[in-house]
Amino acid sequence: MLRPLPALLLAPLVQRYAATVAGRRRRFYRILAGLALAALVSSWVAEVDLPLLWRKGDGFFSYFDRIFTFDSGDMRGRRVFSDPVEWFWGLKKWLLLLLDTLLIAYLGTLLGTLGALGLCFAAARNLTPASWIRIAAKRILEFCRTVPEVVFALIFVIAFGLGPLPGVLALALHSMGALGKQFGETVENIDPKPIEGVAASGGNWVQIVMFGALPQVLSVFVSNCLLRFEINVRSASVMGFVGAGGIGQTLLEAIRKFYYADVSAILALILATVMAIDSLSGWLRRRLLDAGRTS
Amino acid sequence: MNQTLASRAKAELPELRRRFPGLFAPDAKLRFRIRSILFVLFALVALAVWRLDVDSGRLVSGFGRLVHFLSLMLPPSPGGWDRFLLFAQALAETVAIAFLGTLMASILAFPLGLLAARNATVNRFVLFASRRLLDSVRGVDTLIWALIWVGVVGLGPFAGVLAVMTGDVGALGKLFADAVEAADEKPAEGVTAAGGNRIQAILFGVLPQAAPVIAAQALYFFESNTRSATIIGVVGAGGIGLHLSEQIRTLEWPTVSFLVLMILAAVIAIDALSSRLRAMMIGGARAGCDQV
Repeated sequence: MLRPLPALLLAPLVQRYAATVAGRRRRFYRILAGLALAALVSSWVAEVDLPLLWRKGDGFFSYFDRIFTFDSGDMRGRRVFSDPVEWFWGLKKWLLLLLDTLLIAYLGTLLGTLGALGLCFAAARNLTPASWIRIAAKRILEFCRTVPEVVFALIFVIAFGLGPLPGVLALALHSMGALGKQFGETVENIDPKPIEGVAASGGNWVQIVMFGALPQVLSVFVSNCLLRFEINVRSASVMGFVGAGGIGQTLLEAIRKFYYADVSAILALILATVMAIDSLSGWLRRRLLDAGRTS
Repeated sequence: MNQTLASRAKAELPELRRRFPGLFAPDAKLRFRIRSILFVLFALVALAVWRLDVDSGRLVSGFGRLVHFLSLMLPPSPGGWDRFLLFAQALAETVAIAFLGTLMASILAFPLGLLAARNATVNRFVLFASRRLLDSVRGVDTLIWALIWVGVVGLGPFAGVLAVMTGDVGALGKLFADAVEAADEKPAEGVTAAGGNRIQAILFGVLPQAAPVIAAQALYFFESNTRSATIIGVVGAGGIGLHLSEQIRTLEWPTVSFLVLMILAAVIAIDALSSRLRAMMIGGARAGCDQV
C-alpha cells in the first residue's frame, strides 16, 4: 500500500536526514567534551582525590553503621532500634529545640513575606512606572537572595548576640529576596483589566494594589510562602551551626563529639519533622491551588 | 466631571444598599475563616516571640551595632594583593565545588530518578524504596552532609564536592522522576508498537522528552549550588566560606564586604551564563518539536 518514493526524490531527503543526525551527534559530543574538560579543571582546583575516596569511602557507609549503634552505657554495641527509649533519651529537650527550629522558620518566613510584599509591587513593571524605584527594589531583592542565609546569620550573631534572633532575621532577609522575586514575577503576569478598572474609577495606588492586583495573586503568593517555609525549616535546622539557635547547635555538638547514637536520633527527628511539614504544606498548597482554580 | 460622577454614585449608594441587601451583607463564613486564620498566625507569632526571647531592647541595640558594622564595611578592600589572590583562588574552589558536586549529583540522580518514576521503574517495591531514599537524603541539609564528609575524607574542598553531591542527589532525583513521569506516553507506546522492548521504550520514547527538562534542572542547581558552596567552608569543607567566617569572626569588616561582593559577582555571572544556556536548551527542544 505504501509506495516508497522514487530513489531520485528520496536521495536528497536521506542525505539531509543523515546530515541533521550527524550534526546533532557532533553537537552532543562537543557538549560532552566541554563538560569533561570543565570537570577535569575543576577537579584539579577542588583537590579531588579519587584514590582517597576509594580508600576512605567505606567510612561514609560505616558512619551510618556507627550512628545506628549505641556507643556508651549498658547497651554498648547493640543496634539503636533495640531500645528506642534509650535511643531517644533526650526526646523532651530535642522536641523543644525542634519547636524552636520550626518557630525560627515560621517567624523568618512571615517577616520575609511582609518585606517581599512591600517590595514586590514596587519591583513590578505594570504597577510602578518610575524606573528608578523599580530598579532599586530589584537590586535590593537580588542582594538579599544571593547572599546565603548562613552568611547573614554569621554577621547577625555578632550584632545581636548568640541565640535564635539572628537566625530569624537571617532567614527573613533571605526569604524576602527569594519571595520578592517570585511575587514580582507573578504580579507582572496578572490580568491588567481589574487594575485599569480600579484606576478608571479613581482609585489611588494603594487601592489599585489592594483591589486590582492582590485578589488575583493571593493564592499563588500563599503557595510560594508555604514552599519557602518548607525550605526554611531545612535551613533553620543548621542555623545552630553558627550559633543562631534551633536544634543545629546540639546536632553539631553530637557530630563533633562523636555521640553517635544522638546523631542518628536527632537526624531522625529532623527528617520526620521535615517530611511532616512537607506533606502538610503540600496538601495545603494543592487545596489552595484547586480553590484558586474553581473560583 | 469625574468628581460629579463619583458624588452621584455615592448618593445612589443607600438606595442600592436597600434594594440589594444580599450583595452588601458581609459573608459571615468567609469572615470567620479569615479571622481564624489571622488568629492562628498571630498566636504562632506570640509563641515564637516568647520561645525565641525576641525582645525590643536586644533588637534596637543589635540594629545599632549592625549599622555601625555597615559603616565600617566601607570601602570594601581585600587588604592587599596577596590576600586578594588567596580569596580569588578560594572563589575558584567554590565554583569548582559547585560544578563538580552538581555534575556528580546529576549522574547519580539519573538512574535513581528513573527508578523513582512510575512509568520507568522496575517494580512497586523498588519505586517505594527509591522514593523514600530520595526523600530522606533530601531532608538533610548540605551543611550536615559536609560535616559528615569532613569526618570521612578530612578537611578540604573534596569533602565539599561530596557534600554538595549528596545534598543534591535527593532533590535532583525527585525532579528527574517528576520529569520522566510528566513525559507523554505516546512515543513510548509507538516504540512498543514497533516491536521495541521496555528498555528501548524508555530510552527512545521517554528520555528524549525528559532530557531537556533534566538538563535545565541540573543547570539551575548549579546556580543555587554556587550559593550553598560558599557556606560549606564554615564547617571546613573548602571554598570561600572558610575565609568569610574567619573574617567575620575577627571583625575585619572591609574584607567581609569585599568577600560578599566577590560572591555576588560570581553568582550573578553564573546566573547569566546558565540562564542563557537554559534558554538555548529549552528553546532548542521546543524548536525541534512544536515550532509554530
